[in-house]
Amino acid sequence: MKFGIIVFPGSNCDHDCYHAVKHVFSQKADYVWHKDTGLKGFDCLILPGGFSYGDYLRTGAIARFSPVMNEVVSFAKKGGLVLGICNGFQILTEAGLLPGVLMRNRDLKFICKQTYLRVENNRTAFTSSYGEGSVVKIPIAHADGNYYADPDTITALEDNGRVVLRYSTSDGQAAPEANPNGSLNNIAGITNEAGNVLGMMPHPERAAEAELGSTDGRGVFESIIHAFSDCCKDHRHGHKTHS
Amino acid sequence: MKITEETVKEHGLSSEEYERILGILGREPNLLELGIFSVMWSEHCSYKSSRRHLKNFPTKGPYVLQGPGENAGIVDIGDGLAVAFKMESHNHPSFIEPYQGAATGVGGILRDIFTMGARPIASLNSLRFGSFDNPRTAYLVEGVTAGIAGYGNCIGVPTVGGEVYFDDSYNGNCLVNVMTAGLLKKDRIFRGTASGIGNPVIYVGSKTGRDGIHGATMASDVFGEGGEERRPTVQVGDPFAEKLLLEACLELFKTSHVVGIQDMGAAGLTSSSVEMASRGGTGIELDMDAVPRREEGMTPYEIMLSESQERMLMVVKKGTGEAVKEIFRKWDLEAEVVGRVIEDKSIRILENGKISGEIPIASLTDDAPVYDRPSKRPDWQDSINEFDKHAVKEPEDYNETLLKLLQSGNIASKEWIYRQYDHMVRTDTVVCPGSDAAVVRIKGTHKAIALTVDCNSRYCYLDPFKGAAIAVAEAARNLAVSGARPIALTDCLNFGNPERPEVMWQFTEAVMGIREACIILGVPVIGGNVSLYNETSGVSIHPTPTIGMVGLIDDLSEHTTQWFKNEGDVIVLLGSNAAALDGSEYMKVIHGAEKGMPDIDLAKEKNIQEACLEAIKAGIIVSAHDVSEGGVAAALAESCLNPEGAIGAVVGLSYDWRADEALFGEAQSKVIVTIKDKDFSKIEKICKAHSTPCEPIGRVKGGALVIGDEIALPLGRIKDAWGGALAKYLHS
Repeated sequence: MKFGIIVFPGSNCDHDCYHAVKHVFSQKADYVWHKDTGLKGFDCLILPGGFSYGDYLRTGAIARFSPVMNEVVSFAKKGGLVLGICNGFQILTEAGLLPGVLMRNRDLKFICKQTYLRVENNRTAFTSSYGEGSVVKIPIAHADGNYYADPDTITALEDNGRVVLRYSTSDGQAAPEANPNGSLNNIAGITNEAGNVLGMMPHPERAAEAELGSTDGRGVFESIIHAFSDCCKDHRHGHKTHS
Repeated sequence: MKITEETVKEHGLSSEEYERILGILGREPNLLELGIFSVMWSEHCSYKSSRRHLKNFPTKGPYVLQGPGENAGIVDIGDGLAVAFKMESHNHPSFIEPYQGAATGVGGILRDIFTMGARPIASLNSLRFGSFDNPRTAYLVEGVTAGIAGYGNCIGVPTVGGEVYFDDSYNGNCLVNVMTAGLLKKDRIFRGTASGIGNPVIYVGSKTGRDGIHGATMASDVFGEGGEERRPTVQVGDPFAEKLLLEACLELFKTSHVVGIQDMGAAGLTSSSVEMASRGGTGIELDMDAVPRREEGMTPYEIMLSESQERMLMVVKKGTGEAVKEIFRKWDLEAEVVGRVIEDKSIRILENGKISGEIPIASLTDDAPVYDRPSKRPDWQDSINEFDKHAVKEPEDYNETLLKLLQSGNIASKEWIYRQYDHMVRTDTVVCPGSDAAVVRIKGTHKAIALTVDCNSRYCYLDPFKGAAIAVAEAARNLAVSGARPIALTDCLNFGNPERPEVMWQFTEAVMGIREACIILGVPVIGGNVSLYNETSGVSIHPTPTIGMVGLIDDLSEHTTQWFKNEGDVIVLLGSNAAALDGSEYMKVIHGAEKGMPDIDLAKEKNIQEACLEAIKAGIIVSAHDVSEGGVAAALAESCLNPEGAIGAVVGLSYDWRADEALFGEAQSKVIVTIKDKDFSKIEKICKAHSTPCEPIGRVKGGALVIGDEIALPLGRIKDAWGGALAKYLHS
């Protein structure tokens, strides 16, 4: 399958995602420049972490106006798989593909550390290779990861299994002390209603190789690859397959 | 404008130096020319007090591709790859405006690295602040940390390691030394040279504003009361602009358009153009009207002396200007032709088509003033070296003493600081901050590099020669215990006012100490930086020759961390556990004294490092930790606190002296390793071959640290003391 990794000015995890997809999981991958239009031949789009436009104004607020975002939105509307990691998650909320907002961390500081996450829903295209309720170790690195949405939205997310990842203790308790940034309900990752767009603050590409301290992030990529090989081969988005 | 005695003084030039300018030009300089002389002859740019001493450093070695004199040094790591690295200071600006001072320090060192054609892959920093009871300390720690994080995180270069010290001598001058390493192909090195008469000179990056004018001069002076008034001389950083500049430059370097490139750091357009012409044996003509400016009405003086950030100067091949501009346009950056390389070996500045200033290049570089400043051993040196250990009162409660030591800012966990740095971006950081050295893998190979920054300035204060040699030795030891062979170093020589003979003595002694350690340990100096005038209201900092060192790991699987890993492993002390309380953290924290004579035997040091490397390569070392501040007791405590899960130890030391000397003494050349029982004969053999003592002292075991009859502490108490100290102080 083929991944497209969107490069905004200021993206800085683009190389890391490319490396993971291409060299760890042996999939096809291409960078997509933010000024590009006419996306073709991609099966999954990744909006990588970083500081698009320097985080100026508000995280993700300028990137959402990049020409490529129209393509990302229409790709997602057609059911294409979109993964937003960290700054990518922030951009997806600004672009309206995911609800809510990522505010400044509770203690107002950048935090880089390993976190434990409880997999709340493994019936998504991004989490199917994890056991439900399993606890995984994936690092975070952000200053704005404090997830907030109005109460109705939170209820809708919770009731529909759209809170996919939750910060927890190493034994799976979504306790206040396991919440690194003040996110409501310890939310670390959510999907859209259709389940084809995932935004997550932790970096799975940083936890895909044993020498980096954790391989728990592999499941996200493996799930996507699995989802594609299972059911999506005939529904390539953005171009027609020659079947 | 007439140049008066007052104008000359304001520019930080002595009357002798002004006389020299008159001689060079054969006329009176105008204000623009005076400004150019003043920044190029500043201590910061000219190294006039230090240059003759720096020649003592050994700079050659089997790995060296580029030694001192360029934007950064470069070492060969095999596989057609090379690593460029350098360390620089941003002390004065950081004390005045901690966030921007530290941020632009990071921005500057990153530019030095990517100017060479390298992609920055890791940064480190060495920070010194005043004591905890100084009211400004917390503010500076907060600001400097946030500034480094703000810049480094945004540009996406991991901050993988560093060191932080607190001492009264930094109350009036904090130190912010930043180091970056970058990766490049060894046949694609770019240098800061202006050659090819008629080739265009291109300016890229942010527009020039009025910020930072005379920053280099400010950094070449002591502070009096109210140093904050100099805030306008500090620049403001824009990491986003630099990220674009970085990517655009790396894209440009894939072409064959570039002849030479240099970042505009201290003294901006002036130093970059003059230094490039000097290296190329040419001259440069610059047209002020073509320089992109942020504000209307800027004079050539302001344009030439501005230190606006995120700018580069390059010389490209004739006819490639448009292709170069196109690459920068892609990244929404401005690139303008602002001049050309000329045959006359001068810097010539044009405004409205007329020459507004012209100075011979050599007078600003090679022929700039060099001083052999007088040096004198301080009168107080004898009294601080005098130390009667028998007069030291032995602690009644060793548990409390160890806990107090672990809470000292110089030993306590620095997690509060490095938690704010993205140390994982680029997915290469194999050993994150917290262990003796950071380990960063090189994708596409089996290799990794290890990096560390080190200096114990208290040792340097007590004996600058030995202290500086220890800084080199400790850096190399930190690499060796991580499994890396040290291959080269960069230094940042932070000292007080060189016009004081006592400071010059400290400086020259430290240089010779570094030299000796480099020769014996076989590690050359490939670049560095000197920061003098770290003095406020007559008080100089402790001499602080910070060493940044890089080591090579041939096979990533052969690296080690400091933490105990398995219940039952044998703890072995390598090196002799000599008694040495001199200059120790224990003496300072518990007894309030900075006294004695730190010592090191560099031949023994070389032996223990070789033994470590061989044992790690043999695959028998489970953990290895260098013994430094706080002695064997602190090193054992740190080894217990594995971030993956703390694990205790039961240790018995054999010694013929007092327990405080054995537990907290800081005799050099000691390493604590853990191994499996079955491997003891192997490590004994390796140590014997390297004439290094080796003694089993205990076992990894349980949930407490127990050392003889003196210490028995549950790990929870150790962790609270060591882990929480910095946050407690900064939030109090």
